[in-house]
Formats: sequence, structure tokens, C-alpha cells
Amino acid sequence: MTKVKMTVNGKAVSREVSDETLLSEFLRENLRLTGTHIGCDTSQCGACVVHVNGKAVKSCTTLAAATDGADVTTIEGLANGGLHPMQEAFNEHHGLQCGFCTPGMIMTGVDMVNRYKAEGRELTQEAIRHELEGNICRCTGYHNIVKAVEDAASKM
Amino acid sequence: MYPTKYLKAASIDEAVKALGASDEAKVLAGGQTLLPTMKQHLAAPSDLVDIRAIDGMVGVSVDGNTLTIGAATTHAEVASSADVQKHSPALACLAAGIGDPAVRNAGTIGGSVANNDPAADYPAALLALGATVVTSKREIAADDFFDGLFATVLDEDEIITAVKFPKVEAAGYSKFPQPASLYALVGVFVAKTADGVRVTVTGAGEDGVFRSEALEAALAADFSEASAKGADVPAEGLMSDIHGAAGYRANLIRVMAARAVTSAA
Amino acid sequence: MTTGIGARVKRKEDKRFITGKGKYTDDVRMENQAYAAFVRSPVAHANVKSIDKSAALAMEGVVDVLDGHQLTGDGIGNIICGWAVTSKDGTPMKMGAWSALATQKVRYVGDAVAVVIADTQQQARLAAEAVEVEYEELPVVAFADKALAEGAPQIHDEAEGNLIYDWDIGDAAKADAGLAAAKHITEMEITNNRLSPNPMEPRSAVATYDEAEEHYTLYTTSQNPHVARLVLSAFYNVAPEHKLRVIAPDVGGGFGAKIYIYPEEITCLWASMKTNRSVKWTADRSEAFITDAHGRDHISTAKMGFDENGKITGFKVDTIANLGAYMSLFSSSVPTYLYATLLSGQYDIQNLHANVRAVYTNTVPVDAYRGAGRPEACYLIERMMETAAREMGMKPAELRAKNFVKEFPHETPVIMTYDSGDFDANLAQAEAAADVAGFAKRKEEAAKRGKLRGLGYSCYIEACGIAPSAAVGGLGAGVGLWESAEVRVNPVGTIEILTGSHSHGQGHETTFAQIVAERFDLPIDNVSIVHGDTDKVQFGMGTYGSRSGAVGMSAIVKAMDKVEAKVRKIAAHQLEASEDDIVIEGGEVKVAGTDKALGWHEIGLAAYTAHNLPPDMEPGLKESAFYDPSNFTFPAGTYICEVEVDPETGVTEVVQFTASDDFGTIINPMIVEGQVHGGLAQGIGQAMLEQVIYDDDGQLITGSYMDYTMPRAADLPNFSVHHASTVCPGNPLGMKGCGEAGAIGSPPAVINAITDAIGNNDLAMPATPQNVWNALQAVSAAQAAE
Repeated sequence: MTKVKMTVNGKAVSREVSDETLLSEFLRENLRLTGTHIGCDTSQCGACVVHVNGKAVKSCTTLAAATDGADVTTIEGLANGGLHPMQEAFNEHHGLQCGFCTPGMIMTGVDMVNRYKAEGRELTQEAIRHELEGNICRCTGYHNIVKAVEDAASKM
Repeated sequence: MYPTKYLKAASIDEAVKALGASDEAKVLAGGQTLLPTMKQHLAAPSDLVDIRAIDGMVGVSVDGNTLTIGAATTHAEVASSADVQKHSPALACLAAGIGDPAVRNAGTIGGSVANNDPAADYPAALLALGATVVTSKREIAADDFFDGLFATVLDEDEIITAVKFPKVEAAGYSKFPQPASLYALVGVFVAKTADGVRVTVTGAGEDGVFRSEALEAALAADFSEASAKGADVPAEGLMSDIHGAAGYRANLIRVMAARAVTSAA
Repeated sequence: MTTGIGARVKRKEDKRFITGKGKYTDDVRMENQAYAAFVRSPVAHANVKSIDKSAALAMEGVVDVLDGHQLTGDGIGNIICGWAVTSKDGTPMKMGAWSALATQKVRYVGDAVAVVIADTQQQARLAAEAVEVEYEELPVVAFADKALAEGAPQIHDEAEGNLIYDWDIGDAAKADAGLAAAKHITEMEITNNRLSPNPMEPRSAVATYDEAEEHYTLYTTSQNPHVARLVLSAFYNVAPEHKLRVIAPDVGGGFGAKIYIYPEEITCLWASMKTNRSVKWTADRSEAFITDAHGRDHISTAKMGFDENGKITGFKVDTIANLGAYMSLFSSSVPTYLYATLLSGQYDIQNLHANVRAVYTNTVPVDAYRGAGRPEACYLIERMMETAAREMGMKPAELRAKNFVKEFPHETPVIMTYDSGDFDANLAQAEAAADVAGFAKRKEEAAKRGKLRGLGYSCYIEACGIAPSAAVGGLGAGVGLWESAEVRVNPVGTIEILTGSHSHGQGHETTFAQIVAERFDLPIDNVSIVHGDTDKVQFGMGTYGSRSGAVGMSAIVKAMDKVEAKVRKIAAHQLEASEDDIVIEGGEVKVAGTDKALGWHEIGLAAYTAHNLPPDMEPGLKESAFYDPSNFTFPAGTYICEVEVDPETGVTEVVQFTASDDFGTIINPMIVEGQVHGGLAQGIGQAMLEQVIYDDDGQLITGSYMDYTMPRAADLPNFSVHHASTVCPGNPLGMKGCGEAGAIGSPPAVINAITDAIGNNDLAMPATPQNVWNALQAVSAAQAAE
């Protein structure tokens, strides 16, 4: 067992967990932040994507213990009250159906827009599709997800 | 997952000691392969020794013609490094194509090299560029480092600390992703080095990454797209699986080599 | 902003999903919750000699280890198939027994033999590995054609030669005569590749037993919680219905895979009683690949004859359908009544015969997956039509149009009565939107870039809105396929709709509210939808087969008719007017031509205070209805796919995909387009990426996303989606259904486009880069030989 401390969605948290606890388990089971989802066991579906120290990572492929001291943002903490432009855009463009992949899509979308803006690169539709290679959606055919990310990028 | 013990090592010495203390200890460098393997109960390390917090393990530096990348530098950091882009643009391009954005934020060059997955990208770069693997014990030429599928010459308690790349005249990498996993079904790295043209292939070899004699001969004679496409790449020794029979892989090696030549800079 | 029928209303349900507040089954945590982990067979066919639980039982946190002998000993019934198909010789289908936990024999890799219940998931999984099962391995057969071969391993004693049924439909003599009279015959062997549905949320169950009440509660990932309760109660003997509550909360996609009641849900319920603990099980993706019912997996040969004008003279199909190791809930109906009945396609075919043999193999059970039978039919017909056009030197569109059904109703020789449609209109709309006229130029331009460009059509029709109960009962269905609804007008005038449909991505909370808001001219926010809980909703048949609009919403309309009738009576009474003069608009109930009006809230209050109701009227304002459709509905349309192939690698890019659909009345175009996009992605996935592959030993090769290719964003284009609709005469809103069309219509369009591009018609799904490259090599080899 290890005592893990981190900041999650702006709040300091601390829990005693077994060393093999994944960050996704820590969030879902220890903190009961169930917006982070588990859709595969090979790190491909991206339903578990959260931000660790400002970068998108797959929380199902990250040990909680290794995240000790980190600043973690999950879908629940993305907006400070109200909705983040990315969340709004997913609603506006019907970028979700069953909603299961949606938290990971939104967190990936925010990360991608932030990176492209920081690097001064243009986030084209083709680039969005490429950047989504680590996020699988079975419902939408991605068409409206791409539109949502594109629209949110113009508003972030 | 099976129970394990986690250690965030503060120094190389501490990490080496921890590795030596148990037969079943493993280095955690990024975990993007190791953790999924553990989740599927295909690996059960007794200890995980996290080397990412050790001073000097992360970062890129250039000294003269030598580019040094710390073992715990992530693929995203390599891809976006101005030094890497200037010194070895093909390497930056390769790193930008590993896994997906979230994996690139976690996976590291040292982890990839030490794991030597036959479908990983980095081994092709190291072998083609004539890189040197720096460890806690020694320096090992890439030519001597890779030792078959998932195997290297590293000792059990030996840790990669950095990889050094010489500057080459021109290099290019082209990957054909396996459609499901997006690992390399075939990845070809071409490099024009002081010692001649080196062409390496990942994803396709039955014994992991290898140098293609046929392509090296063809490109040494004529470093061109047409020359790569015209090379007689044998299917013997290549993997066959549901995503690509050896013959298809042989074709892809030629085509990817040609594209790597086109992109070479 | 209008929120009525035809409005692109943003989804009401989105907020909880985009903020991470959706509540899925795995998010449920009960007090005193334990975890289940299944002990599964690592081999495809074996006798179970012994199960040694001792080591597992001794492990930390283990509550119990339970096996199939205990399960059957407690009277838990075998898993049923709910549709009885009769072979052409009059004998019933040959169904082998399927116990939730195998006792004597395992029949596929993943077949469960025991379950470990432990305090944590990790403890359960570790202990499951410690259960020692001795298997006596038996010969394996994993492929449908081999299962029928002489001497093939016998999987169930009940089904000799692994044949479940040998069934046919249509008139063989007429089909033969039609073929004999043909000027041209097109003949093909066509395989429909096996798929794994892969909803992104893995299946999950949380079962709780209340000892004092002898009552069970099951949270589960179901498309039809009432059907689950019915089957769990009536057939599996878990508990009588009034002692069993099934809740399907937010469900992360279904696509058919979450229709069925699987061994895991049954076992969790039973185990919750055995251990007196809440029991949770959640599949990981690897487990999903070996437990979720697979889809498709047909091998067919087909012959289609044409006269000198290109009119179809006869059509004969022979299909072998792989149903896996056990017969899943609707498995028997998929390759028969959902497949062969659609083999007439959009065409006037007088002489048609289809024969279907369903077989057991040592693989995961196969059942309905998005489209279910209809994609297999559409793929077969539309590959035949395109091929025939090429062989006869006709334009593919022209050959199709020549054979279109043009008058409705139209009776096919395979028992369907198409009620409406305008196939020419869909074809014309798709061709215009796809700029087919400009294709030659685009092909030329692509050639300059070294790319091979191809164009392919598919004109699909499907039978949806399942289904008229008496009709399907006559064909062997074990249930009626109506839907129910209840409309509750509250005293303050807000409305709750209780529906037996289940939304797991379809947006019912929005579209169902739209039809209510329109009907009573109320703000859509005054309407909420209740679904997915057997304690709240009286009954329902659930969501599959594109039925929630045509059947589910029709039930709501029927209930609203009753509410409106009562509202009119109350208003007429209170406003001292004739019922005929009452109009409902603007949130009010008015007397036409006067300023006399009651607010909707006043009507609600009047109904519940009951101070001034018409004589003999009961208080309250709540009506329910059951709607049983009079016919299937027939969504149809034309899809046109344009691809570019890189001849060096075989990589194919779908550069343009155009859809023209006839879905009848559309409630919310935004949601309907989303359904088409998703269906197209799955259809293109089937055509180019996805395939479940077994080896000869029955080991699943494609058991994770490392080997099973899920469509990703970069694999797909933006879709060009259009509608040219005719109203469905069979239901009050004129709806046909839109959920499956994309998955049904798209695969042949893709393969027709690729084969057009590469000049080789011999290409099977999935058209992976390797398969396309191989087909191109065959072209080169043939050219070299000439």
C-alpha cells in the first residue's frame, strides 16, 4: 500500500491504495469520479483520458502511485461551473450518442486544441481525425465529433 | 493486475539496487506496454522501479554532432524538441507517429528501446542511425544492442539512461501501421551515414528489427525512390500474420523504403 | 425556436454525459458489494472432468466459488432461444442445452464453468485463475462449412451433424424455371464476415438479493430490461417477476449485443442469493470479445438470371449461417426471417428461392448485430446486381432502376409486403449529390496521382419497426413485438412519458419529448422521458430493429390520443363548450373563436383536484397504450461510395460517401443524421476493417483491439447524408426507422467501389490493404499471363 496525494480538479486528495492501482481505478473507485470510463484493456479506446499536469494521458495505463503529487483534471473538473467550450460544442454538434466515449473525447479534444494553439499550428479536419487515433467511438461515425472539436477550437 | 510493489527511484543507484534485489523486478519507464501487459495478466513483476524522477533522465541535448536523449524523455517531448527536429528530423517525425497523442505523453524512448517490441518504431531508428545506448553500466552500439524479439543485451539490473545519435547526412522514416494496433506492420528507416547507407526494418522481421541488405545495396548505388522500389526484398525471414503475409510485408518494405527516401532530410 | 416534429432540437440528455455525470451500470456501487470473476474454458471443445475449487476458496477475500452443478441444482433453467424455426421437412430446430455455467462440456473458448465471488475485483480475478479445471479435449470445428462436413466433430447431441435447421423460403421450382429461361446468369460465392459488436461500454451487471423480501434487483447493460426480467423469471427461474426488478440505467451503446440475457447476468443474480452479497461483474474488453454475441458469419452461393432487357427472371440463394456454440436469444430468426425475407431487395423479383442451413460451431454464439440479417441480404443482392451489370455491360444504376418495385403495396415472393417507397427518387437524389456525372473526370485526375478511383452503388431495403405480433408469432417468435407507453400529466401540467423503449444513444429523451411538445404545444422542457426500469415502466419490448420510432413512438401517440380525449372533455365541461370546439395550442386548451381558455396546468390541476369534472369521469390524467404494428416498415435508399486505392500498398480511402434515405417522417433530423453516420461507420468498418478470426483450434485470434480493427476517425470521411422520404402508411407518425440503415446499405457500396477501382471483382470483406493488394496482384498476374 502507498499513500497517494494529488490535486484532482483543483482539490487536494489523499488515499491509501495498493501499488498496482491504476489512476483510472483511483478516480473511479477511490474518488468516485465515474466520468472517466474504461472501454478496453489495451490502451486504445481512450475513454479513460484525463489530463495529468496539463497533458492528456490514458488513466488506465498510468499508476496512481506514479501520479503522486500531480495535478489531475477529469471530465468532472474541466469547467469551473458552466460548460467548457468543448463540452458545449459536443452538445451543439451532436458529437455524442451513448455518451460512453464522450469524456475521453472531450479531454482529448481540449488537449489537442491547446497543443495546436500553443504551437501555432492550424487544426484542420484532417488533423483532428489524425489526433483522434487514440479515441474510439462506436456510435457517431466521428463526423459530428470532428465538427464539434473544430468548432470548439474556434472558441477556445 | 497481480499485486506489485512500486518504487519511485531517486537515483540510478537506488534503481539498480532495487532491480538487483529481486528476480522479478522491472523498470517502469512509461508503462505504455508494460501496464497493458500486466492488466492482461501476461506479466507479473514483483516490483516496479520508476526511473522517471531520477535527475537527468529527461531531456534533449546537443553536443557537437551528437544528440543525446534522456531515457525517460517522452515521445511527445522528442517529437516537439527543436533540437531533435534540427539534428534528426526523421527521428522527430518517427516519435510523432508512435501510438497516439496520450500514449506519446507517457511512453518514453528508453522504455521502447529496452522492450524491443518487434513492431516498435525506435529500434529501427537506433539501428539505422548507428546510435549508442547509454546504460547505468556502459555504452552499447545499437548494432550490438538488439537481440531478437523483445530481447536486448541489457543485464537484469542494467538501466538505459540515454540514447546518443550521431548526425547523419540525411534520414527518413516511413511507417505502414497495422490497422488495428497502429504499431508498425512495416516501418523502414533509411539513413545516409558516414559509413554508407543504412536501411532498417521494423514490424516485419521474424527476429525483430533488422538491416535490409537488399535495400542498402540498392540505395547505396542510387539513393532514390525508384531504386528502393526496384530492390529485390526477400520474403524469407519475414513475419506472416492476419494483417500481413510475408509477401505483402516484403512489398511494403520496398514501398515504405521508397517513401522514406522521398521524405529523407 | 420550434421543438416539434422536424426540428433539430439539441439533445436534452447530453448535459450529464458531457460533464461525466452519466450513470452507467459499472458506476453503480451497492453496500456490501462483492465482485464476480468467471472461470472460463481456454479450449474450444472439451469434456469437463473435474473442478477443484480448494485453492481458490482458500485465497484472501474469496466469498465463494460456485459451479454449474450448484446452479442447475438450484433450478436455474437453461438459456433459451426465443424464436422457433421449423426446417423444411417440418421438424423443429435442433437446440442443444446451454447452461449459464457449463457442467459436462465446454463448447467454445470463453464458455464459463464456474464463478468466483470475492471482496474485490482483483481478488476475484486472481482466485478465478486458481480454480483448477481438468479438461478432456475434443476435436474442434470453428467454421460453418466444415461443421457440416462428414465426420465433423459433434458439438451437441441434439443436433446431428451440427445442423440446427435446414429451412427455405420462396418457390424453388419457379426460381429454377426463371433461371432456366434467363439470357444471362450471374453466379457468385459470397461470404459475410463475422463481426464483434463492440459497444464502447462493456457489459456489466450488479445484482442484489433482499433476503427479507425475497426480492432481487439487477442493474444491467440492457437494451430491453423488461424482456430481461421476463426471461430471467419465466425461463431461468431466478424469481417471479414481482420479485425481480431490472434496471438498465445509462447504457453505452448496444447494437444488438445488449439484447440478450447472458450467462453472466443470470449467474450474478443467483450468486447474490447464494452469497447474500451484492454481486458486480463488469467485462473487460478481452472478455467482451469472447462473451458478447458476434454477428453475421454467412457463406452463400447465389445465382441470378436476367432476360435480354436486364429484367430479373429468377434468383436462387443457398446460405450456411454460423450460430456459434449455442443458440442465443434471437439467433434462429436472424438468418431466416430477418435475412431471407429481404432477398427481393428493391426489385420486382417474381421467382425467388432461398435455402438456409444454420449450424453449430465451437465459437462464441452469433446473434443479431446492427441490421441483423438485413445487411447479409443487402450485401448479397447488391453485390449480385453490380456484378451482373458489369457482366452485361450495363450501367449499375440502370440495371437496378429497370428492376425497381414501382407500385405499392408490393408483395414479394418471400412474404414481405412493401408498403411505400420511391426508389427512383432516392437513386436520383444520391446520384446528384454524389456528382456521379463528374466521376470520370475525378477518376482521371486520381490516375495522375497514381491512385485508382472507383464508384459503387447500393440500393438497400430493410424491414424495420419489428414487428406485428400475430405475424411474427405465426413465424415462430416466442414474444409479441408491440410497444407500450404511458403518458402522465402531472397536476402542475408537466408531462412524464413512460416508455418500454430503451435509449442507449438514440436520443429518446429528446425525440420522444418532441412529439409530445408538438402534440400539446408545450415547452419541451415540460416533458421528461422515463425508461429502463421495470419498477417504473409497466412493460416494454425494448430497443432494437429500428423500432423505437415506428413502434415505441406510436404507442406514445396512442396514449396521447387518450389523454387528449380526456383533456377535451375536462375543458369542454369547465369552459361550458362543445368538445368539438376545443383546440389545444400555445400551452392552453381553448374554445375556438372565443377568449375562453384554460392553461395546461389548470387542466392538470382540475383533473387531480377533481372538484369539477364531468359526471362519471375518473380523477387523474394518466393514460397508457400498447401499440402493435400492422406491418413491418420499409426504410430504403441508395448509397454511393467513391474510393481511391493506392496500388502500391492496397490502402483504400473512402473519399466520398453519399446517402439518400427514405425513413418516412423524421422527428429530429440532427439525431437521424447521427444514426446514419454511426451506421455507415459500422458498415464501412465491416467492409474494410473488421473481422472476427478464429484459428482451426477455435482460438480467437482477434481478441482485442490489437487485432480487431475498430473504425477510427481517420478511417472515415465526412458523410453526405440526404433524405427523400415517403410517408409510411402503417403508423400514425408515418415513420420507418433509421437506426440500422447505414450498417445495412453501406458494405456493398464500398466493395462495389473498390472492385470497380481495382478491376477485380473477386474481393471479400474486409477489404484490408493486404486483401486489396492481393486482388491487385491477381489482376497483374492475369494481365501478365495474357
